[in-house]
Amino acid sequence: MDNGIITYINGPVIKAKNMKNFRMREMVAVGEKKLIGEVISIYEDFGTVQVYEETAGLKIGEFVYPTGKPLSVKLGPGIIGNIFDGIERPLNKIKEYSGNFINEGIGLISIDPNKRWKVNFLVKEGEYLEEGQPFAYVEETPLIKHYIMVPPKVKGRVTYVAADSEYCIEDVILKLQDDKEYELKMYQEWPVRIPRPVKRRFPIEKPLITGQRVIDTFFPIAKGGTAAIPGGFGTGKTMTQHQLAKWSDADVIVYIGCGERGNEMTEVLEDFPKLIDPNSNLPLMNRTILIANTSNMPVAAREASIYTGITIAEYFRDMGYNVAIMADSTSRWAEALREISGRLEEMPAEEGYPAYLASRLAEFYERAGYVETLSGKEASVSIIGAVSPAGGDFSEPVTQNTKRFVSVFLSLDRNLAYSRHYPAINWLSSYSGYLSLLNDWYRKNVSEDFFKLRGEMLKVLQEENKLLEIVKLVGEDVLPDDQRLILEVARLIKIGFLQQNAYHPEDTYVPLHKQYNMLRMIKLFYDKALFAIKKGVPIGKIRQMKGYSEILKMKYSIPNEYKDEFDNLQRNIEEEFSQILKSYEGD
Amino acid sequence: MQKEFLHVEKIEGPLLILSEVEDVSYDEIVEIKTRDGIKHGKVVQLYEDKAIIQVFETTSGLSVKDVAVKFTGKPLEISLSKDILGRIFNGFGVPIDGGGPIFSPIKMNVNGRPINPVARKYPRNYIQTGISAIDLLTTLIRGQKLPIFSGNGLPHNEIAAQIINQAKIADGENFAIVFGAMGIKHDDAHYFTKMFEESGVLERVVMFLNLADDPVVERIVTPRCALTAAEYLAFNEDMHVLVVLSDMTSYCEALREISSAREEVPGRKGYPGYLYSDLASIYERAGIIEGSKGSITQIPILTMPNDDITHPVPDLTGYITEGQIVLSREIYQRNIYPPINILPSLSRLMKDGIGEGYTREDHPSVANQVFASYTKYQEVLALAQVIGEDELSSIDKKYMEFGRAFEDKFLKHDFYEERSIIESIDLAWSILSILPKNELDRIEPKLLDKYYKG
Repeated sequence: MDNGIITYINGPVIKAKNMKNFRMREMVAVGEKKLIGEVISIYEDFGTVQVYEETAGLKIGEFVYPTGKPLSVKLGPGIIGNIFDGIERPLNKIKEYSGNFINEGIGLISIDPNKRWKVNFLVKEGEYLEEGQPFAYVEETPLIKHYIMVPPKVKGRVTYVAADSEYCIEDVILKLQDDKEYELKMYQEWPVRIPRPVKRRFPIEKPLITGQRVIDTFFPIAKGGTAAIPGGFGTGKTMTQHQLAKWSDADVIVYIGCGERGNEMTEVLEDFPKLIDPNSNLPLMNRTILIANTSNMPVAAREASIYTGITIAEYFRDMGYNVAIMADSTSRWAEALREISGRLEEMPAEEGYPAYLASRLAEFYERAGYVETLSGKEASVSIIGAVSPAGGDFSEPVTQNTKRFVSVFLSLDRNLAYSRHYPAINWLSSYSGYLSLLNDWYRKNVSEDFFKLRGEMLKVLQEENKLLEIVKLVGEDVLPDDQRLILEVARLIKIGFLQQNAYHPEDTYVPLHKQYNMLRMIKLFYDKALFAIKKGVPIGKIRQMKGYSEILKMKYSIPNEYKDEFDNLQRNIEEEFSQILKSYEGD
Repeated sequence: MQKEFLHVEKIEGPLLILSEVEDVSYDEIVEIKTRDGIKHGKVVQLYEDKAIIQVFETTSGLSVKDVAVKFTGKPLEISLSKDILGRIFNGFGVPIDGGGPIFSPIKMNVNGRPINPVARKYPRNYIQTGISAIDLLTTLIRGQKLPIFSGNGLPHNEIAAQIINQAKIADGENFAIVFGAMGIKHDDAHYFTKMFEESGVLERVVMFLNLADDPVVERIVTPRCALTAAEYLAFNEDMHVLVVLSDMTSYCEALREISSAREEVPGRKGYPGYLYSDLASIYERAGIIEGSKGSITQIPILTMPNDDITHPVPDLTGYITEGQIVLSREIYQRNIYPPINILPSLSRLMKDGIGEGYTREDHPSVANQVFASYTKYQEVLALAQVIGEDELSSIDKKYMEFGRAFEDKFLKHDFYEERSIIESIDLAWSILSILPKNELDRIEPKLLDKYYKG
């Protein structure tokens, strides 16, 4: 008999004997209800299994059944627009089985095996196909052509092609002959913990454009890059992640709600079908995949959800798409690791987290990249992970270890959030490691002086920070006028540029050329004002200028598809200054 | 006939370790026959023929010799019908008001099950609490979980009572209140009973009381019993249920006590590593289900130890709940009721339940502006303490005037004073209008022209 026999139960961790025929990381069915689990350690005849479902009701002596394969997901048409749990079971299907509340023992279900898809073939009999090569496609949504590819490590000459027609994913639609015969279906299975292979990695050179000013201009994220968004509760992590999922210019978005609120997932489900993608004018749901393991769903599946998400992302990358994956929040995933580690009575490292926390984080973030796929296409996976540090303290292990493996760090600030400065990304403690890599792209596609402007604006903000220390002690009035000007220009940058209203139809997404022109206006005002102050114009006069309040409001008053509004604003500012100067020179 | 097991190996704190047991399932409820009557417990760990049982009542007086344990084969269930309205139960779901047991064919597992996110309906209807600071700045939405972060000696009970009192009207006839008390003092429990009586809602209240001197293990089950009752009323009886849970800090301490008795690896400040998941299994039981008329709105109350918002209990709570209302001792000492510190307070769901079509078009920008200006007032206040108020610039003096008017006229309430949401927005405008128009940079120009009163 090859089944294991349960000898120990403690929450999501069980131990069983007679396990010597099981493999490490093998997927198993546990107990009479056939709960889904994964073998996480083997010691002589004993094995430890983490269970992805609620274990209440399980008894000593029940069996553990092998499946012979590692924890894997099915990859094929039917993924996009769907919402899955942590091990790729569609939540809609779970609802059909168990109603409004999630029950255990549903078994392993996945993408819909009965739905018929119109398949268009790209190859003929007699052609020789390499691994990863697409041989057919399905119009999965109006936005995404889902290419059916030869799985990795499979190749051969085509001996059979089904007729162009409708098939469901279990039908054999292609046969290949190499040293053996392969029957290919519309899906492939892939173990979630193993990265899908690529031909090679390219260096980073294109930005992931998000339409969020503080990110695109100050701390750009790259296609194929990694970013972390840490912040205490209420600082707007989820809001920022939602904005990125909505507006970033990736082809496919994978959104993992990992240990977060149920209502937030519902919000995405209700909002995204209504939101229109600015690039294609089609609903955003047509390119979005959701994975939800809310905070009250089983903790072991939370650990798996991150891997399920990244595997799906890699699969779409292999078709040649730029994929962005949002993980909200990686801290919950780390806590799931800690919880399971604690139940295994492993030796804890920092704050009870297991010692392998850092290596697991590294493994995850290193699955991002700008690559050449097996079939020779350029494609990318970008990872944006939210981090929820305990007590808002960035020195805790998850934030610190994440910082080591990501290149963009968007640090959310509690004080900014308290004053409702959104997005509450702190401009002094955030950074992007991609600036030099993206320099060329911005030069060619936006403007030669874009990064120069950015640098000057950042310098103003830094100087403001120093001046504020003084202002706190003695008040603003004692500063000389040129320093008070810095405070005023910083206000223009903060309110006129950095603050962005996610609920305003124009302001929620701002194209790069408008961002550039906005910067240009602020810079123009700064230069003119500095000149005026040297000529003896008092700061109070400058603050009352019409141009000053127009810059503050330009994010609302100038549309994204502006025509001559910026030219007019520039002319107005220049004229206003020359009048002021005239009146002062006249004195 | 079910078997009784006699072989108790060890008694330690609330835990009982039995050996030579068979056919026991994880998480099932056991009956423990002792000299002084029957006690209850549940299976928390199984290892070969041993079972660790967590006893809900006190273990003092138990002996390894005269104890017989019977396994019921079922998780903890409570009987539910509409008759629970107006009744008082202990933390374990047993009536303690002398009114006899609840007879009903409906028995529900108190652990509940996670609501499938696709079955949820996103909450969008606001609840008018009549308290300006909450209605304008941290609007409560039906189906939301919005905790009150308080401290010892602060008037969180009064605020909860005022919300219950004033929110009931909008709900009409179909509302119910479930009150779960974990480790609260006798006089607090008495305060709530009296308040429910005075406002005439007592027959719509279900109370689950685990007082400060009641067994600690029972405290773990109390919020689960309360939420199971709430789920029954909301989803089986289509009622709008407001659940008040007090005090979540005592609950977490109970959890820590048991965890350390079980010799588990501790996380932050000795709380178990699964505190987040455990709290989530309580807080996430709020919400609305598609196709059901009822709703569960949660107002958990917790006292921050040493008023520290970064303590694990408020910290983890804030990560799970949809915002928080934070009370401040400093404001309370200035004799302002309710002492809500608006800056760290937040309602995550208000964005979709206010504004045009819900409250009034200018509500979101006004709320934003109040937060921004009040932050500025705090900065000016700090400066005034250094250089003296007379030395402030004229604009900063305006901020001082704004800040004081905000606290005295807007924040301050009488316990029985109820302001409609529109009254609160208008009041905010009259206070914002103390500031010059060009300082109000969070409000769109056309709204500013329409409502500015300066």
